[in-house]
Amino acid sequence: MLKIKRSDLGTLFAKIAENNELYLPVKAAGKTNFAAWDQDADVDLDTLKTVKSPKDAFFPQSEGLYSCDREEGKIKITAEKLQDAPFVVFGIRACDVRGIAVLDKVFLSQPVDTYYAARREHGIIVSYACGAPETSCFCKVFGIDAAQPEGDVVTWMVGEDLYWDAKTEKGQKLTAQVAELLTEADAALVAAEQEKIRSIIEKLPNSHLSLEGWGAEAAKTRFDSPIWEQLYKPCLACGTCTFVCPTCQCYDIKDYDTGNGVKRYRCWDSCMYSDFTMMAHGNNRTSQMQRFRQRFLHKLAYYPANNDGMFSCVGCGRCVDKCPSHLNIVKVIKAFGKEGK
Amino acid sequence: MQRLIDRAKALLESGEVARVLGWRKGENVWDVEPAFFASPEELSDFVYNGFCGANLSKYMIEASKLEGKTLVFLKPCDTYSFNQLTTEHRVDRETAYIVGVGCKGKLKIENIDAKGILDVQGAGYPDASEILTVKTLYGDKEVSYKDAMLERCHVCKGKEHMVYDELIGESVDTCDGDRFAEVAKIEAMSPEEKFAYFQSELSKCIRCNACRNVCPACSCRKCVFDSNKFDSAQKANTISFEEKMFHIIRAFHVAGRCTDCGECSRVCPQGIPLHLFNRKFIKDIDSLYGTWQAGAEVDARGPLTNFRTDDAEPSIVTKRG
Repeated sequence: MLKIKRSDLGTLFAKIAENNELYLPVKAAGKTNFAAWDQDADVDLDTLKTVKSPKDAFFPQSEGLYSCDREEGKIKITAEKLQDAPFVVFGIRACDVRGIAVLDKVFLSQPVDTYYAARREHGIIVSYACGAPETSCFCKVFGIDAAQPEGDVVTWMVGEDLYWDAKTEKGQKLTAQVAELLTEADAALVAAEQEKIRSIIEKLPNSHLSLEGWGAEAAKTRFDSPIWEQLYKPCLACGTCTFVCPTCQCYDIKDYDTGNGVKRYRCWDSCMYSDFTMMAHGNNRTSQMQRFRQRFLHKLAYYPANNDGMFSCVGCGRCVDKCPSHLNIVKVIKAFGKEGK
Repeated sequence: MQRLIDRAKALLESGEVARVLGWRKGENVWDVEPAFFASPEELSDFVYNGFCGANLSKYMIEASKLEGKTLVFLKPCDTYSFNQLTTEHRVDRETAYIVGVGCKGKLKIENIDAKGILDVQGAGYPDASEILTVKTLYGDKEVSYKDAMLERCHVCKGKEHMVYDELIGESVDTCDGDRFAEVAKIEAMSPEEKFAYFQSELSKCIRCNACRNVCPACSCRKCVFDSNKFDSAQKANTISFEEKMFHIIRAFHVAGRCTDCGECSRVCPQGIPLHLFNRKFIKDIDSLYGTWQAGAEVDARGPLTNFRTDDAEPSIVTKRG
């Protein structure tokens, strides 16, 4: 276990940035989101949840795939450059680290998504334990320990010190780069902090939510439930829940007319949108109820069916905080639990 | 609140209305959701408190298409949106039974500066207190009701309902600010400062469309930004100017029709002060054509859809800068 004074973090970030691109929670115009670090960045490690999850670091909201340009009567195709330099994402919470594991199962299984794989290969995750969990958190339900996140390096803020524990080869390499700034530390203080975090987690209102009845079988047993019809009605069909979610992974591929060709890019899509998965014959989901049901069954039934029972919700609670109509996955889970169906 | 439930029950039981559009209890006092109630039994989940900020007028577009009347609870400011939608033939007044409900200012949970909030006491209706007691995982604290109010309540349009069939409860005019102060501040900026300001705010946009979908003035069956027939359908930005284009086009489209209900800013997950665009238009309309409030009355001819010989000439815009 190593540590560094909180007041020296600016030096640590500068040191990391000497050899790596660095992304971390930055406050801009009043809101905190993951962004590239520079000397002037207003780094914010106190806000528990960034508005958007850090999934942009590996799966950006919008990214170029390739471009086609007319050149002397021919078409020149230029592939987008893949990530080939190391980068560090600092300050990812335990739920969001699990979110990346959820994305891995989608993008790293065959056929492998080369754009995502390149970022995962070169990305180094420095996770950050949650000192003060919020009411909307329910990561415990999915077996996530906010006091002991996964990651290449795990960090904790205890008092005025940041504790640093390298867990993987990538993490050790990064540690070696910044070793001169870190000092040996006593792990006992971290253990005490973990106890404190876990005791708060126990008191959260949704820490003991039952997932009974969810999983692969729910695709059959809950698909036709009348409960969906009651639940979806306040839904505005906006994409807030999907765009703040650390595990939503659907994307659309579009062409941007550059005047001399096209730039093909992909961007996050939302199952809440009316043209989601639109095909030549039309749309296979024609009502908002169906779109609403799709989102929750994807998280709680379809994804587990394809991934050995792993849920694709990590309990970060961003949808709980951000839905304009206050609908969310917790209410969905509880509504089915209440009905016992 | 019981008076609202009793009245809704009576109207449902008598068959005068087929459903009730109101707010349903959440897991907590602050996460109430807009909801339809089809039977007196379902009304046991009905709630009306300080967190019922959602403007139900927009839900009346869909409800207007259903059989039978819908009882809808509207706060004073919501009634402007309802009138505007009636004017635009998007809702049918005949299909609505409007209970104008009292309002003492609505709250935004994000405005309560406390972590781990478990409960907020003092937000009940009709007895909203001046001080909210906030119970949290990390201790209790007190917050003034005013400090937790939505921005729009600080520039409250007043306690009068513009349209209703009956009124229940008292309203309070919570206005304690200048509606155009922020706009004037931005107007006073240099072009470079203005650009930097909007750049920093709008670059937070995640294109979730919450502002558009909640907006009672945005009632197109198919939005141009959803149409896959044009290049305008974008879910993300291909160029850095795109999110600005989306918001500026939207502001132009609702100009003269926006009632300044503030729903866009209430729902924005990134806290972008979207209402400022609309207010700039309102301020300009007021100064060019005389004070105008969209939705104050039905079938009024708005300044941008009307022609008068003494209208301001377009060149005034060039002169004004």
